[in-house]
Amino acid sequence: MITLQHMLTLSGLLFALSVAGIFLNRKNIILILMCIELMLLSVNFSFVSFSRFLGDLDGQVFVFFVLTVAAAEAAIGLAILVVLFRERGSINVEDLDTLKG
Amino acid sequence: MTPTPTLASLAPALPEIWLTVAACIVLLTDAFAGRSARRITPTLTLLLLALGAAAILVWGQVDQRVDLFSGMYTADPLATVLKLLSFLFTAVALLYSRHWLEARGLLKGEYYVLVLTALLGICVMVSAGSLLTLYIGVELLALSLYALVAFDRDSGIAAESAMKYFVLGAIASGCLLYGMSLVYGMTGSLLLGEIAVAVQGQGVAPSLGLMMGLVFVVVGVAFKFGAVPFHMWVPDVYHGAPSPTTLFIASAPKIASFALAYRLLAEGLAGVEPAWGQMITIVAVLSALIGNLIAIAQTNLKRMLAYSAIGNVGFILLGFVAGTERGYEAALFYTIAYVIMALGSFGVIVLAGRRGFEADELDHYKGLHSRDPLLAVLMMVMMFSTAGIPPFVGFWAKLQIFEALWASGHAPLVVFGAAVSVIGVFYYLRVVKLMYFDAPGDLPVPERHTGVRFTLAINAAAVVALGLFPQALLELCQRVLP
Repeated sequence: MITLQHMLTLSGLLFALSVAGIFLNRKNIILILMCIELMLLSVNFSFVSFSRFLGDLDGQVFVFFVLTVAAAEAAIGLAILVVLFRERGSINVEDLDTLKG
Repeated sequence: MTPTPTLASLAPALPEIWLTVAACIVLLTDAFAGRSARRITPTLTLLLLALGAAAILVWGQVDQRVDLFSGMYTADPLATVLKLLSFLFTAVALLYSRHWLEARGLLKGEYYVLVLTALLGICVMVSAGSLLTLYIGVELLALSLYALVAFDRDSGIAAESAMKYFVLGAIASGCLLYGMSLVYGMTGSLLLGEIAVAVQGQGVAPSLGLMMGLVFVVVGVAFKFGAVPFHMWVPDVYHGAPSPTTLFIASAPKIASFALAYRLLAEGLAGVEPAWGQMITIVAVLSALIGNLIAIAQTNLKRMLAYSAIGNVGFILLGFVAGTERGYEAALFYTIAYVIMALGSFGVIVLAGRRGFEADELDHYKGLHSRDPLLAVLMMVMMFSTAGIPPFVGFWAKLQIFEALWASGHAPLVVFGAAVSVIGVFYYLRVVKLMYFDAPGDLPVPERHTGVRFTLAINAAAVVALGLFPQALLELCQRVLP
């Protein structure tokens, strides 16, 4: 029997994994974008499981909005990435160090 | 069963409808106007904003709380006032920016469209009646701002700051969203009104799930405010973004942050105030302290004002710590006063530069008095006011916060706030010293655009007038908060 606890644990694990991915990754910005997607998907999973166990559809409707926003967010993130690459010729996280203080 | 909506019943949603239409009009006009777009678009945008504000005043006002779209959208006097102020602040920010953008070849229609969509996001947040609308508003504002920060595509630091803003902002949205999902799961509803009923009486010890949700929600709110320890993006974004974008980020979005915190924490989660109050206290105290301390070490004025913004956000959040009507009124008053002052000081930064010379280092303000007396006086008024020196409005803002904290029994925080304000005076006065007592060197003289300088003078006059007669704004804040 799969209970709400199992589903929430999975969603929490995915969320923690994505946060860890963002902060541990010192190489590539594209990996960060992937982690952000994973983060939003883990939230979606949490919404769907609550929605299922509450018997309330609102949570699943929310997921559609989150998916749409995530697409827009990825588009803007990649656009900024292109601008950055044209300027620097690199998408290494460690090269983002001009602004300090 | 809710009655079928008629066209007239949609009137309270007029600001959002208007802004959506306005953004489309500006986009299309700009695309079809060809070469003359550079002249038409800025004026058209300001005209549409003015018409929109007038339309809200005539048709969009509500006397009491009205819920639309099954409770997803809330219109109340607070929302109306915050929206009108956001319209005004955005219009002023656009007015200051025009010559800057024109001189650097950045005067494009997209800039104005993005500002309008950002304003739309602010309005949606201000009127949010459910977690869903709140989230959509947050994202609409944030996505527009990411693009605005990266607007100067040939500037390396703009791209870098946009990337940092994007990554940190996305993490913040993720945390806010995760918190929202937990709050939804624990209360069984997305509507703020129903959440408020569900969490009532849970007091100091809410269930574990709700507590976790609260933590993530507070992290998200603190991130959007730019409060310590989630402030890393603020200095980099303020510094790296084109000055007009910095000016805009420092103005109307602060109103949106206030609305986010108020709708989510003070309305939706009011029942667990003791639980989030503790977290907000830590965040507020750290922000006020660290913002004001690190500002002293800055050599770049935009960066210094970014840390000053962090410090001021600390004071706004101290109003939430009080947790009383009085506290929210003080926070609202502080937010409005701070935005007026930020518009003025960033306005001076925008106007003090010229093509090929960004006036953003502190050294660029040496002897500004002999190069441009008017800008120096206006900057001095803004600095004195932000430092909280009477008779300017910044003084009353701080006083309101202290009174609210005192009345709710937070005497140590009052002492702390006063001490931190004194630290702040140091770096604000340093700018005044640079402008008036240092040799000017061979820095370029700012260009003089009469209309814009006149607006900036009115902005400074408003700071003085609200400082001499704070009663009007105080009464407004008391009237709109229930």
